[in-house]
Amino acid sequence: MIAITEGLFTDGAQPCLIGGRHVESGRIVFPCPGGDARYAPETLPNKGTVWSWTIQRFRPKSPPYTGPEAFEPFAIAYIELTGAVIVEGPLINVAFDAITIGTPVETVLVPHATDAQGRTVMSYAFTPVQEGSTHG
Amino acid sequence: MADVYVVGVGIHPFGRTDGLSGLQQGAYAVRQALSDAGLDWNDVQFGFGGSDSSGNADSIVNELGLTGLPVINVKNGCATGGSAMIGAWQGIASGQYDVGVALGFDKHPRGAFNAMPAEYNLPDWYGEVGMMVTTQFFAMKLQRYMAAYGITSTTLGRVAEKAFDNAVHAEHAWRRAPVDLDTILNSQMINDPLTKYMFCSPGEGGVALILASEKKARELGRTNVRVKAAAVRTRPPGSFEVFAPSVDIERGGAPTLLASKAAFEMAGLGPKDIDVAQLQDTESGAEIMHMAENGFCADGEQEEWLAEGWSRIGGKLPVNTDGGCLACGEPIGASGLRQVYENVIQLRGLGGGRQVPGDPKTAYTHVYGAPGISGVTILQR
Repeated sequence: MIAITEGLFTDGAQPCLIGGRHVESGRIVFPCPGGDARYAPETLPNKGTVWSWTIQRFRPKSPPYTGPEAFEPFAIAYIELTGAVIVEGPLINVAFDAITIGTPVETVLVPHATDAQGRTVMSYAFTPVQEGSTHG
Repeated sequence: MADVYVVGVGIHPFGRTDGLSGLQQGAYAVRQALSDAGLDWNDVQFGFGGSDSSGNADSIVNELGLTGLPVINVKNGCATGGSAMIGAWQGIASGQYDVGVALGFDKHPRGAFNAMPAEYNLPDWYGEVGMMVTTQFFAMKLQRYMAAYGITSTTLGRVAEKAFDNAVHAEHAWRRAPVDLDTILNSQMINDPLTKYMFCSPGEGGVALILASEKKARELGRTNVRVKAAAVRTRPPGSFEVFAPSVDIERGGAPTLLASKAAFEMAGLGPKDIDVAQLQDTESGAEIMHMAENGFCADGEQEEWLAEGWSRIGGKLPVNTDGGCLACGEPIGASGLRQVYENVIQLRGLGGGRQVPGDPKTAYTHVYGAPGISGVTILQR
């Protein structure tokens, strides 16, 4: 199992995206710009709310898309990670007609594809926070 | 800065033209513009032009003649045509030249654009997971706007319905048959809340404008359309743009707000002075949002505008009188100049079945595109 790229997220029980904090202004961006001394890596909050969303109903062109050939529509959203930054990512485990702006979500890691060596490539997504979630 | 006039316009019909390259469609437009102005290619002292995916404009000399004139290539995404016009305008306004051409053309394959992350300084994974898709951005900007200002799907449908109705009367348009509101609303969903008929398609076409000094325009008897303003702006902090893995929580401005303000200041005019407008309508919602971003209405008022037909031909501000991108398609390099072409036709009173009544005097164009760039022009009769 490998990450889709290094330095994009932490793993563990509550995975988090890794953004970049502009050292002078404090502005946070995602992902953390590589090789740019103006930004320091910053672990972003695990939780946030849906800021906007859509359903991707046609298969994106390959390249650059490396998802499955057998395409199933998926939800894409911008998530406001509380107090940090608004980030873009897939939204999973949700009925398309149940998505609304403001829905509480958390960051999860998901298998994206299998690479040429047969390894599972992991990426990130967001999922609605389950009521009574033990993650608090 | 000296006054500059549009003395000739030409267009190769938009859509699909097998057997003609993008550049050849551009050359067709230049020949038509020269003929319209009563000039020869030998009379053109310089040019600015470009395409997004059909090569360099300076190759036009192979088609039109090796006169030795300088041609500056422009590659500015969706603002390619607008930037070419600014170049030509400045060349004449500065007093350096009397006659120049602004040229835009393109020829895109079918389907959505497949941009590559590296072209936009983005990491590969962003494209690998399926987010390098322009239509997602338009859908998500719109989804939030609709929730904030109470815009309904019916209003989105009405924008597309108007576009196809107008295009019936525009010879250069691609999709020239009316489509009824129910068909638009019930067609295949592409990126919610936008259906197939609410999106423009990448296409083909070419547009050329001949610009001239006042002296030359008088010689040609063509002092009827003057360039009052032309401005291009990139994005300010806190804006929300195509291909953005992250967005600031603290919201900021938008390139359209900057370009619009700059153009109105340059012209010494305001939104109330505009008689006809061509606004970027990559999809129905873009026209809705750009009506407000360019200052023509307040956020949320578009519901009433579309229900009452105020942006139709004959309404208080006709918008996208030739059907816009929705009906003409979007050959990126040519699209912004198509808007200017349409305004020249309207100001000359030659719009036929789509002519704005009441003798329009002042006309506005607006383009928007990746990665957060906007161009505005104002012409006056």
